[in-house]
Amino acid sequence: MPGGHVKIRFAFARAWLKRRLMSLCTLLGPVGETPVVLPIVETRVPAGFPSPAADHLDKTLNLGELLVKHPQATFLMRVEGDSMTGAGIHNGDIIVVDKAIEPQSGKIVVAVLDGDFFVKRLVVREGRCFLVSENPKYAEKEVGEWASLDVWGVVTNVIHAVR
Amino acid sequence: MKLFGLADGNNFYCSCERVFDPRLRGLPMIVLSNNDGCVVARSEEAKALGIEMGVPVFQIQPLIRQHRVRVFSSNYTLYGDMSARMMQVLAECVPSAEVYSIDECFLDFTGMADAEDRARAARAKVLQWTGLPICVGLAATKTLAKAANKLAKKEPGGVLQITEENRAAWLARLPVEKVWGIGRQHAKRLAARGVTTALELSETDTGWARATMGVTGERLVLELRGLSCVGIEEIAPKKKNICCAKGFGHPLTEFEDVAQALSCYTEIIARKLRTEKQVATVMQVFLMTNPHRPDEPQYHPQITVTLPEATSYTPALSATANRLLRTIWRDGHRYRKVGVMLLELRDAVQTELFTGTRNTAAKSRLQAAVDSLEGRVRWAAMGFEEEWKLRAQMRTQRFTTQWDELPVANAA
Repeated sequence: MPGGHVKIRFAFARAWLKRRLMSLCTLLGPVGETPVVLPIVETRVPAGFPSPAADHLDKTLNLGELLVKHPQATFLMRVEGDSMTGAGIHNGDIIVVDKAIEPQSGKIVVAVLDGDFFVKRLVVREGRCFLVSENPKYAEKEVGEWASLDVWGVVTNVIHAVR
Repeated sequence: MKLFGLADGNNFYCSCERVFDPRLRGLPMIVLSNNDGCVVARSEEAKALGIEMGVPVFQIQPLIRQHRVRVFSSNYTLYGDMSARMMQVLAECVPSAEVYSIDECFLDFTGMADAEDRARAARAKVLQWTGLPICVGLAATKTLAKAANKLAKKEPGGVLQITEENRAAWLARLPVEKVWGIGRQHAKRLAARGVTTALELSETDTGWARATMGVTGERLVLELRGLSCVGIEEIAPKKKNICCAKGFGHPLTEFEDVAQALSCYTEIIARKLRTEKQVATVMQVFLMTNPHRPDEPQYHPQITVTLPEATSYTPALSATANRLLRTIWRDGHRYRKVGVMLLELRDAVQTELFTGTRNTAAKSRLQAAVDSLEGRVRWAAMGFEEEWKLRAQMRTQRFTTQWDELPVANAA
């Protein structure tokens, strides 16, 4: 009954998808501990012989593990604007921000300016701090002394959907 | 001799909001209870205006308008997530940590000569990693650690240790109603006898304390003298929330085993809730692997939800706890601890009291509410959302748990 077979597989796939979606929607616990799990393709065993891949059936890759080094200190933010396109950060992207990492000159950071979050490259020259865009349309901005600059976190990764 | 630390988030809910909206720093702000009824958190600036904890918001409307106090609905999804982050950072700082409430955690510093330095380091780490300011009080008993924490809030540096040498001096500075477990009623009775400070309370006769305030009072007096009483946290009543979280004797890997433990803990706090004639409106369930085993995969999830109905009915709470556990459960981990917390406690009205007597209509109503959890996504996200719209007019985004509510980083 090929029809019935397809139906069952469809129901299974739907249940699987629902579970995955639920785990994404409810996104529990610190970032990166949520399973964003890519199952390795299952191999069918035709008859008799065990598949050599059977040992690896339960191995999965967790994207969170790759993107998040300090789950308790990691937050996600949505990017608005095009001033960082040169660094591969585009409008609408999600950036991974790690508060555990010490900000240093040259790193891309999220800084607080007048109460708003800005994503910029932090550059320190002769004790003066600059927030530098990665787009020639935008001028760099001097933000005073190192001590007075409020760096919220360091950007470690960017999640960009290819369109 | 034991050395306890109590780490406590400063104005926790306000601090959580400030992490994601730096504009709020330095401004008077308050957070309201679930139905937007009463004040459950105040920033230092709001406290300075004389806004009291628990006051109905309509009573302070003129004050709010005059001083442009920022008013927020409680965002427990956010607070639960931030709390879990804070607790995990703290758990990594000491050999043993015990979550006591959404914003408090007992830390075991026993045998550490450099306990104060370690407490300072823990405080700095929580601030850097999560953006949340905390204070740590250190002392030989949990009640004294609580007192030290209260005193630490006023000290620069935010860490304070009560030792045998400085105990009297510090306790003399702490009003008796600030002592753990001393409510307004007890404070009145104590004042009538001339006991107004923690020091004076510690010097009262234990027999008298027992006669006036029961076994809790007697133990509090002993604890204030530096004699640690086992289980003090179980009997000292709290107002804001109740938590029960215990480590397992050995790591657990099976859902059923952890669920059984969770069910016991839920029963313990549900019973306590009924003893206090209170009901809860928010529940958090969390799981922890062993943070001191970096070789093992780590998983510390939590989930915080508003209950469909305020209750203290064990079956309803157990069923919800079990479903929440199932939602965050992931196979393949060696779990060390499970915990359940009830928040937004309030005094029960008559119909909400379930003491095991027949109350079929109410029970079936609860059962129906629990049954409606079947599609748990609907309950946690959608149904929840609808309720929020009705009674949480000023809630901020769920910055850390919803893809479409992330904070915005400007690239302009």
